[in-house]
Amino acid sequence: MEQKTICLVLVGFLFTGYLVLAGFDYGVGMLLPFIGRSDAERQAIIQTMAPVWEGNQVWLIVAGAVLFAGFPDAYATLLSGLYLPLLLILAALVIRGVAFEFRNKDKIRIWRNFWDWTLFTGSIIPALLWGVAIGCLLTGLPIDGEKQYTGTLKDLFSAYTIITGVLFMLLFLLHGATYLASKLDRRMTGRIKPVGMKLCRVTLGVALLFSLFTYNMAGSGAKIITGVSLLLAVAAIYSVDQKLDDRHPIIKFIFSGLAIAATAAAVFAALFPRIVVSSLNPEWSLDVNNSASNPLALQSLTFAMIIVLPVVLAFEGWKYYIFRARIIIPAAGLASRRLLWEELRARLMELTGCSCKLVATLKKATHSLANQEMEPKVAPRLHAFSPVPALKTSMLRGRKLVTVKPKTKE
Amino acid sequence: MTVLNLARLQFGITLTYHFWFVVLTLGLSILLALMETQYIRTGSKSYQVMVKFWGRLFLVNYAVGVVTGLVNEFQFGMNWSEYSRFAGGIFGIPVAFEALTAFFVESVAIGIWVYSWDKISRRAHLAVIWLVAISSNYSAFWILAANSFMQHPVGQIVIRGHAALADLAALAMNPYLYFQYVHTTLAGLVVAGYFVMAVSAYYLLSQAHRETFRRSFKIGLVCALIATNLAVVSGHFYNQYLAYAQPMKLAASEALWETAAPAPFVIFAVINQDDSRNIYQLALPAGLSVLAFNRLDAPVKGMNALQGEYVKLYGPGYYIPAVTTLFWSFRVMVGIGLWLVFLTAINFWYWWKNQLEAHPALLKATIWSLPLPYVAITMGWAMTEMGRQPWLVYGLLLTEKGISPIVPAANVWVSLILYAAVYTCIALAALFIAHKIILGGPGEEPR
Repeated sequence: MEQKTICLVLVGFLFTGYLVLAGFDYGVGMLLPFIGRSDAERQAIIQTMAPVWEGNQVWLIVAGAVLFAGFPDAYATLLSGLYLPLLLILAALVIRGVAFEFRNKDKIRIWRNFWDWTLFTGSIIPALLWGVAIGCLLTGLPIDGEKQYTGTLKDLFSAYTIITGVLFMLLFLLHGATYLASKLDRRMTGRIKPVGMKLCRVTLGVALLFSLFTYNMAGSGAKIITGVSLLLAVAAIYSVDQKLDDRHPIIKFIFSGLAIAATAAAVFAALFPRIVVSSLNPEWSLDVNNSASNPLALQSLTFAMIIVLPVVLAFEGWKYYIFRARIIIPAAGLASRRLLWEELRARLMELTGCSCKLVATLKKATHSLANQEMEPKVAPRLHAFSPVPALKTSMLRGRKLVTVKPKTKE
Repeated sequence: MTVLNLARLQFGITLTYHFWFVVLTLGLSILLALMETQYIRTGSKSYQVMVKFWGRLFLVNYAVGVVTGLVNEFQFGMNWSEYSRFAGGIFGIPVAFEALTAFFVESVAIGIWVYSWDKISRRAHLAVIWLVAISSNYSAFWILAANSFMQHPVGQIVIRGHAALADLAALAMNPYLYFQYVHTTLAGLVVAGYFVMAVSAYYLLSQAHRETFRRSFKIGLVCALIATNLAVVSGHFYNQYLAYAQPMKLAASEALWETAAPAPFVIFAVINQDDSRNIYQLALPAGLSVLAFNRLDAPVKGMNALQGEYVKLYGPGYYIPAVTTLFWSFRVMVGIGLWLVFLTAINFWYWWKNQLEAHPALLKATIWSLPLPYVAITMGWAMTEMGRQPWLVYGLLLTEKGISPIVPAANVWVSLILYAAVYTCIALAALFIAHKIILGGPGEEPR
């Protein structure tokens, strides 16, 4: 194989890796508000993602950077052409990324709900739009002889690109569901199963439709590989459906990942040797020849990737091995219940503190009133200061006066 | 505003914002690694508490840094497609190397480090934080190699209007890169040192968790003491190098219009760029000659002479950057740098005499000085990048030639507004959380 081809295949590998890894990331994000019913459950779902999302997202950065260096023309045309969808994707990825880290930093319900829905929105947008973008590569974009995109936003949406978008969203949902099934407490996985079953059926239908279109659009030389990949994808989705009753959640997870990889591979194979098809003139399509960097650049990139990728894959594997345990909800539930109790206790202490202060002030006021004549306005003003005006002093009569210090940071 | 200005504004804002978070990551990761090394060596639980506390702050900071980095990378293709076409084959190489060899490892390692305290052995855990520290500082090397290519292009060959890679080693051995790299990583340590010092000073003032924060303060102080001084020294050599590599940037940052021997160091100036002169200036005679060339009588080229040279070299055009901005950003940066050297020295003196806590005013000054290193790095980058104008790649491509021809101003407006809104919300949320974490103090993490 030529240098350029190897490099392009590796770019495809990186992007497929991104889709497979970030796929369950987005799937989990989309499922979060529906699968997680209590705060503890939602936190547990997020806990399954917290150690891994950064390592998943980085695949996109790497794929983008290698495309930039290896095929600058394709990078420039695609990114400037798909401006608005990419903008939405990027904004979504920014907010969902921080949501993972920000959510559990406050106990306020609104704060947590806000980040839950941020995660949902930030996951569904890239899930849909990456599919549309991938579909566009194959149906073609209006690219002129100067390698410039000449269309508008409307040109990105056709029946095929929408089907692709929906298919990727469904695949990500399925992948997220199988991931959660392998990661969560068994009490919650029961809830995932029916969702997963329905998802499988729908995905299978859309995948068949997608396969029909894609096979037709594949370049003549790539029919076989495309066909095989499509068959593989459909078979993988089907086996997820069959395996849902199985006791081996990891295998289901691998199958749903395989479905994504095979679908992406089918599109890339159908494209090859083109990178982006021009809908104006097939001659103007960007392909591996007319948009590649010079051989030295490609050589350095390929060399770096061949050395780095095995190391990174091993490292990622170690990471998933470390975090292989299921997230157990009772622990999370207990912790959050403890927090709630602590919060209530703190409120109560605060209230007692306030009332004690009130009693003390009232006592002082009565004393001073008794000792010397004062303006009659003083007493009501003191009342107005108190945060608990309704509390009667009689309620506290007879109780020992406890001075409650504000919580110190010991 | 034109598309060009909008795109420049967007890049400036998003990159500066990204760097505010990254710069702390660079230095703090090293400090965290040192603290954890201390923990493993001594086995003292209080070091672990300390590492976890700073680690929480680190993670919030890191998350924002990661997600905003993505925006910067994609912006090259979205707003600057002609630049990507022109230089992708060489500029993209260090960017790709950064992503492949450094960022890949770093982002996996950070996830492991934060959540695996009780899952892997202590030594493995220590190795992971060192991996984070090394890979983040190593990633800065490749990213700055990319930037250095724009400042001082080397290793390229221009064929049919495209800059292609001719020599990978030259790209990695770019002299500009070394001045920039040393100065930037030291800036990261200054920020991290002051961050740790300021938070610790807050606790020393409030007299809670004394032991933890005395130790933390010491680590921050030693780091800041070394880094502030070296940052000033490296900045001086960087500037001397500019006298050779980018004399225009040097002259503009010193508001030197006419070639002079000896050249004065202008302390204060009212600049009129339209007339190519200073309306008023307060100058130290021969100061610039000494600073730039270590000699009293060394001639320093002025902007007007350089403009003439560049017209001969590159054809007609206006090659002088925004002088007022450069002049003042340089002075603010240097001023802050010197103030930090002074403040660190005083802190060190009282710390040495063990009287730090007896001087609350000093501790307060340290807390209030925390924004200053951030201002300084912003000014430093403003000078570096605006001083490069009107070039995108120095001497090879003008900035106006690099933007995407097909992207209308409306799209750039939309993206600018969207990023501004999202970034503001994130910054506020991050500040709120950092504030909460700091007030929460060391101890078990709330869930």
